[in-house]
Amino acid sequence: MIPELGNFALSLAAVLALGGSVMGLAAPRDDVLQRAAMSMVFGQWAFSLLAFAALVYAFVADDFSVAYVANQSNTLLPWYYKVSAAWGGHEGSFLLWILIMGCWMAAFSLRSGQYPLHFTTRVLGILSLLNLGFICFALFTSNPFLRLIPLTPADGADLNPLLQDFGLIVHPPLLYAGYVGLAIPFALAVAALLEGRVDATWARWCRTWTNMAWAMLTCGITLGSWWAYYELGWGGWWFWDPVENASFMPWLAATALVHSLSVTENRGTFKSWTLLLAITAFSFSLLGAFIVRSGVLTSVHSFAVDPERGMYILIFLALVVGGSLSLYAARAGQASARIGYGLLSREFFMLINNVILVVSLAVVLWGTLAPIGYEALTGGRISIGTPFFNAFFVPLGLLLLAALAFLPVLNWKRTRVEVLGGVYQAMGIAAVLGVCVWFVLDPASIVVASAVALSAWVVLTHAKQLSLRLRRGRLPAAYLGMTLAHFGFAMGTLGIAVTATQSTETDVRMSPQSSVELAGQQVTFTGVIDVLGPNYSAQQGIFILTEADGSNAYELRPEKRQYFAGGNVMTEAGIAAGFFADTYLSLGEPLEGGAWAVRLHYKPLVRWVWLGALLMALGGVLAVFDKRYARQRRKRPVADADPVTA
Amino acid sequence: MSRASLFIPLGVFVLIMGLGYIGFDLGARNELPSALINKPFPEFNARLLENPEQTMTRADLLGRPAMVNVWATWCPTCLSEHEELMRIAQTTDIVIVGVNYKDRPTKALQWLAQYGNPYDVVLDDRDGLLGIEMGVYGAPETFLLNAAGEVVYKRVGDINPRIWRDELEPRFRQLGVTLSANLETRNPQ
Repeated sequence: MIPELGNFALSLAAVLALGGSVMGLAAPRDDVLQRAAMSMVFGQWAFSLLAFAALVYAFVADDFSVAYVANQSNTLLPWYYKVSAAWGGHEGSFLLWILIMGCWMAAFSLRSGQYPLHFTTRVLGILSLLNLGFICFALFTSNPFLRLIPLTPADGADLNPLLQDFGLIVHPPLLYAGYVGLAIPFALAVAALLEGRVDATWARWCRTWTNMAWAMLTCGITLGSWWAYYELGWGGWWFWDPVENASFMPWLAATALVHSLSVTENRGTFKSWTLLLAITAFSFSLLGAFIVRSGVLTSVHSFAVDPERGMYILIFLALVVGGSLSLYAARAGQASARIGYGLLSREFFMLINNVILVVSLAVVLWGTLAPIGYEALTGGRISIGTPFFNAFFVPLGLLLLAALAFLPVLNWKRTRVEVLGGVYQAMGIAAVLGVCVWFVLDPASIVVASAVALSAWVVLTHAKQLSLRLRRGRLPAAYLGMTLAHFGFAMGTLGIAVTATQSTETDVRMSPQSSVELAGQQVTFTGVIDVLGPNYSAQQGIFILTEADGSNAYELRPEKRQYFAGGNVMTEAGIAAGFFADTYLSLGEPLEGGAWAVRLHYKPLVRWVWLGALLMALGGVLAVFDKRYARQRRKRPVADADPVTA
Repeated sequence: MSRASLFIPLGVFVLIMGLGYIGFDLGARNELPSALINKPFPEFNARLLENPEQTMTRADLLGRPAMVNVWATWCPTCLSEHEELMRIAQTTDIVIVGVNYKDRPTKALQWLAQYGNPYDVVLDDRDGLLGIEMGVYGAPETFLLNAAGEVVYKRVGDINPRIWRDELEPRFRQLGVTLSANLETRNPQ
């Protein structure tokens, strides 16, 4: 009964989405329809919440007559994994997507006081139309409420053991919040094109939402990378896998958007470029959904192949992106502005930033789609791997760091050359550091040394300007946020450069009571014991790690788990996390005589990759709390009287 | 910026969509045929589920057409196609070989005891190695082999009366298997 209620609630949400889109788009200036459209948005949110609650209930109550529950859950699963299993597969995760879409729409409605009412109505109409597409997709091609009657299994197939993990409880919601959040700048851009009006005020509205969505996307991707690191047992944290690329592409576009919006807000230029980026960022979210859910590219985490779903998403993608890009082609010309700026100006460096990010985006897109094109043309299969991406991303990342180092001293429009003195000083210090690092490194690598030097340079110039500003008085939140995000970028790049080249990894055969040396530590294998988890049994290796002189002893217990349902074998790594380095052990295969194949990693600065990304996200959120956005929040909606230039 | 340049993004998108469509089309075509179609079924040496002492190799499959069905107890769709497999087993002479894929033998035996055993023989593929050789996406999957041990057809997904009527039965007729319509004429083994 409850699953049917969920299905009914989802159908109601679809009806409300239809109503909301018709009213929002047809007559954005009619007073009654305006209010109706807004209440329908809240209705969509409430009914998606109800549908989602029904699904979670089916999971918690072990209702295996629901096919999706039977495929994803098991009576032995702990309750928190039963809840998170609701978004462990394609159908449920898409319902979560819809719920998050509802949350963003409701949040936008709650904040609507700061926008002219006709504009809000248009935006909500566009969002409702998108939501209608999402809900129909769920209802017609991937309904999570379908029953298995009369063939109800006695027990479920269990959640994929890879997903039975804290990281996977929080990773999809955050990632989806980022993906779907990009729908708001998209809708704002489309509404602006419809109204023919793009100005500083519009950019200011758009920035808040873009920053929030971008920050969530950043956190979501970071969590995914962290999860892959400790759960897959390979010690890697980024694989250039199509699904990772699918989340990285909207991130690159959104990062470019965050920066170009800042130019549009402060200088009123880059207008049509900003609009294009807003459309692009969300389009890549949708493309990501297509890639992950259609089975065009197979990957570790893609969902089951289903041609019907793929076709639906492809058509939806064509309508949404094709429609918005046609609108852009027809209307964006009106938004162009002629505002000049010098080479040594913030505008120009933002342009550099945007060009680098868009080139990176093109590289990832090419690397992801080229295998399909190749197969289409020749019938053969190729795989584009890490070397291809590294060949582009190493120089692009270093270039971006170099450009970033100048940013703190630059003014809008033009900057006097004299202020560069401080930048050159910092460059000198950083270069000395880089050279020192180069001599210490083993194997010596000019790329890593320059990454270290450039990161140091960025941090120095930003820190100097920050202290200057602090001495001069109050610090705007936007400035602090920017500085923090740039620190995060430098930290993350440094972490990537160091951990990618300086890690050690060995596979050894260890018999009980034997020890090996790993980066100055003594690793002693004491043996393997059997342990029993809630829905698995495991062999747990006990390792004692000490410094060379015998001090600082601690234990690591990597596991090899055998899950009862499905019989999957999973490796659970033993990790000693440290700010400067991780020690990472995983159990391989048992060998004769009680010995085991053991994989030992030592990964310096690996945490910096994720900490840097989190700093970036934090910076993005902090910037939203700047006073100029707060003031605008308190303003009453008088703007309805704005002249319309369309 | 000229007006025409505003159309560049749209053009790029149309290009990508075209590529996506082609890729999708390929995906759809790849779903049913396997890389093994018209190629010999891979060599294998697998233990029997009911009798782990005994093993079976590819040579044992030769001499007559056979249907290889990949199944597991963790797969609800396998349960839903089970009825149809039972019907095929009871009403025809077709040799049905089960591949118990990534499963636990005790659970598998219990499952067969509970729901009935449509298979002439079940191979134990608990680590999924045979599955990798066969290019299995997931369970259930069904392969049709001719007497020479070549794969003539592969189906990803469940077997149901419609699939039997449209896909399997005509192919078996082509291969020259006698399809007896009822239990009385079934050749007892």
